[in-house]
Amino acid sequence: MITVQQADFDLAAEYKGLREDAGDAGAIVTFTGLVREFYMPDADGALTGGSTQTLYLEHYPGMTEKSLQDIVAQAESRWPLLGTRIIHRIGKLHPGDQIVMVATASSHRHAAFEAAEFIMDYLKSHAPFWKKQSSATSSDWISSRSSDSEALKRWQD
Amino acid sequence: MIKILYFASVRERLNKSEETMELPADINTVAQLVALLAAKNPEFRQLNEGGQPLLVSVNQTVADGSASLAANDEVAFFPPMTGG
Repeated sequence: MITVQQADFDLAAEYKGLREDAGDAGAIVTFTGLVREFYMPDADGALTGGSTQTLYLEHYPGMTEKSLQDIVAQAESRWPLLGTRIIHRIGKLHPGDQIVMVATASSHRHAAFEAAEFIMDYLKSHAPFWKKQSSATSSDWISSRSSDSEALKRWQD
Repeated sequence: MIKILYFASVRERLNKSEETMELPADINTVAQLVALLAAKNPEFRQLNEGGQPLLVSVNQTVADGSASLAANDEVAFFPPMTGG
């Protein structure tokens, strides 16, 4: 199940739902991504962080769901999965907020661990989400990291 | 008519989120559309010359310059994705 929503999510409820759907699963892996506090230079060049910061998540409705479905289908073709859940939040978030959840169920742990990592690695650079960080004094779109595209090489051999 | 969408920093630079246009008869590929938009709009040309790659999708699938275009296609331009 794939959900893109503004609202927060309840990890325990999602886990319970997946556990019920996945039948005779022997392993469920859940990954939760959180918004970190970030540090931006202010007018004096000093790095400032703090509770006034926001992270704004924009996405491409339609293509987002389509690309996440495609990523899940690729994971299902590589590992014997009994169920998956993806939730990605959009809109305005703050440091400490939950931003993304990926959960995978399988008969054995290796498949569940690897599939969760595969889905997250692809989600980072293949699902149309964009982050903009803002502090009291400045605002910037976050650049993509080369480490995120490097992470995909592991799955491409 | 094709629909063109702009997202994130591209949307802000161009100051618009979408437009529609009649696909000219001599525009058959993404690369040709990019050249047309760049010729019409200096801001768009700068996007394309900037350090950050400009990504494009056709009908919600990432495409490259050689991808063909047809009437009623949905094309989008955006920076590299930064989800998760």
